[in-house]
Amino acid sequence: MAEITLVEAITQALAYEMQADPNVIVLGEDVGKDGGVFRATLGLLDKFGPDRVRDTPLAESMIGGLAVGMAVQGLKPVAEFQFMGFIYPAVDQIINHAARMRNRTRGRLSCPVVFRTPYGAGIHAPEHHSESTEAIFAHTPGLRVVIPSSPRRAYGLLLAAIRDPDPVIFLEPSRLYRWAKQEVPDDGKALPLDTCFTLRVGTDVTLVTWGAMVKETLEAASKLAEEGVNAEVIDVATIKPLDMDTILASVEKTGRCVIVHEAPRTCGMGAEIAAEVSEKALLSLQAPVKRVTGYDTVVPYARLEKSYIPSVERIREVVHLIMEFA
Amino acid sequence: MKVVARFEVPYYQYLDENSQLTEKLPTFAKDADSLAAMYRLMTLVRLFDTKAIALQRTGKLGTYPSIRGQEAVFVGVGHAMHKEDIFVPYYRDVGVVIQRGVNLSDILLYWGGDERGNCYANNKQDFPYSVPVGSQPLHASGAAVALKYHKKKAAVLTICGDGATSQGDFYEAMNVAGVWKLPVVFVVCNNQWAISVSRGAQTAAQTLAQKAIAAGIPGEQVDGNDIIAVHHRVEMALKKAREQHEPVLLEMLCYRQSDHTTADDARRYEPPKIREQEWKKEPIMRLRRYLEQIGVWSEDQEQALLAECEHNINQTVEDYLHTPPQPAESMFDYLYATLPKAYQEQRELVKKIGVVHHG
Repeated sequence: MAEITLVEAITQALAYEMQADPNVIVLGEDVGKDGGVFRATLGLLDKFGPDRVRDTPLAESMIGGLAVGMAVQGLKPVAEFQFMGFIYPAVDQIINHAARMRNRTRGRLSCPVVFRTPYGAGIHAPEHHSESTEAIFAHTPGLRVVIPSSPRRAYGLLLAAIRDPDPVIFLEPSRLYRWAKQEVPDDGKALPLDTCFTLRVGTDVTLVTWGAMVKETLEAASKLAEEGVNAEVIDVATIKPLDMDTILASVEKTGRCVIVHEAPRTCGMGAEIAAEVSEKALLSLQAPVKRVTGYDTVVPYARLEKSYIPSVERIREVVHLIMEFA
Repeated sequence: MKVVARFEVPYYQYLDENSQLTEKLPTFAKDADSLAAMYRLMTLVRLFDTKAIALQRTGKLGTYPSIRGQEAVFVGVGHAMHKEDIFVPYYRDVGVVIQRGVNLSDILLYWGGDERGNCYANNKQDFPYSVPVGSQPLHASGAAVALKYHKKKAAVLTICGDGATSQGDFYEAMNVAGVWKLPVVFVVCNNQWAISVSRGAQTAAQTLAQKAIAAGIPGEQVDGNDIIAVHHRVEMALKKAREQHEPVLLEMLCYRQSDHTTADDARRYEPPKIREQEWKKEPIMRLRRYLEQIGVWSEDQEQALLAECEHNINQTVEDYLHTPPQPAESMFDYLYATLPKAYQEQRELVKKIGVVHHG
């Protein structure tokens, strides 16, 4: 079996589910003939035709609102926003409508939509193309926020997101789109939502992360092993709702917790996880919970983005610091 | 210089403010029973509206947006729709929703602060009220994509106010409906006020109907105080949407004979006497006089209708006032199809706290 990239796994999942369910409709800017600016929808127009793969007019709020209307009336729209920095015009539709349609009609209507967007820095893109503002959506009741970090998880989690009866924000780390290849069987098997994935088993410290930072965190864990620290690495994957059971069980075992995310520090999901750990696993902790995050500043343009994204070095330093904590 | 395109905005009226016919009646309006049915509904809606305001003033209802003076727009729209069409309301649509299987008591529940007011027992398709102004026309276009995709012979109709036409979403919805040929009808209830901002202060556009032209779809003005015109233009527009997938914008000209909502005081901004002048055009008396002229309405029928409406409304109010609140934990029970484990602890907590009453 050929190995494929994360973005190819996205395409593979879309094609699988469109074949399986005629109500799945892909829409967004340039998703048709162009196959999407990252080619995530490459070939879908030829396979499924223009009723199923819809190039929309250039209006993001419209993409959001249209998808809401489609989802409420029995379709399963998978709407693409070209970059996370362009999702904001649709935030009204996502927060005021998609997220609460089921609740405000007491279950009479629902809104099974997937809003996909590439996110994160590190691809030398122009401004507004490097956002990591997942916390905005993680703060919104009624949504799920799902972030894959490998081709297999991209495939399995996207299938799960499309099949989920509620709205899902699906954030694809653009830095990982073509980073690593994996064999991804096209078997239509979804991976579970609302569940963390333990990527590396360890005993000394729990490293909690998601999205593109999985890459640096795993690299840090390898180096730490050489330095005598055995780190457990958890990919949260669904950041809303949080699977705290997996994180707490790990912290109870290791006694130490470092959360790594690319998003700005203040009110990032790291704060939520740290608060939960301190509320529910305080007596297991041998050191303060630490965060290694992006900074509380605007994500810089390409020349400085490497200084912004948490590095392997920064993760290692913080881990060593808490390992030495008395 | 050469002119590359010319556009026009037609205006429709059949029954003028003196209840005189200005045009040959459309076919449907030759059926006096149909006109009488709409007259009855407009009367019911006005009495209900008056009762709702009274309930709010006596602390038994939350903020409520009156539809006084705009009854013809809503009743006419509702009467022209087919059951299988989809309605996408804003929040001033009592006259439509009561014709869509929604109980009057549901309307009171909603404005009384109870989500169950959106859970219509007899309507599984229409959208709930949309409070963020102008966001719902996009849902109508999306719903129209679904209807067209599933090859259903039905159309979507959405309503917004004059202020909503300043929103980008309003244009975006018409634009995609035009370019994708969607079966959707956009109705603007132009009651001349967006809370305190007048129609003239909202836009330099001569008409709101002409906003359709930029989106490549037709726009027309309708006398929104003439229910015959409202019904006829909506009926024609829906037929065109269903059969030819041609969207249209209808601007209904009327006047808000009330505050914006019960939380508003229009005396702060509404010029004096304008309401009285506009009252001469109001839709209910206009139709009543016509029905009397053609001999299908009498004072006896009027009195019987008022008594019947009063009885129904009183019964509705009783039902509403005796509806116990939802259990507190219901705030979690419809958030997701299945409540994620992460929030079950919070649900248990609020269940223990229970319903906390005001005051």
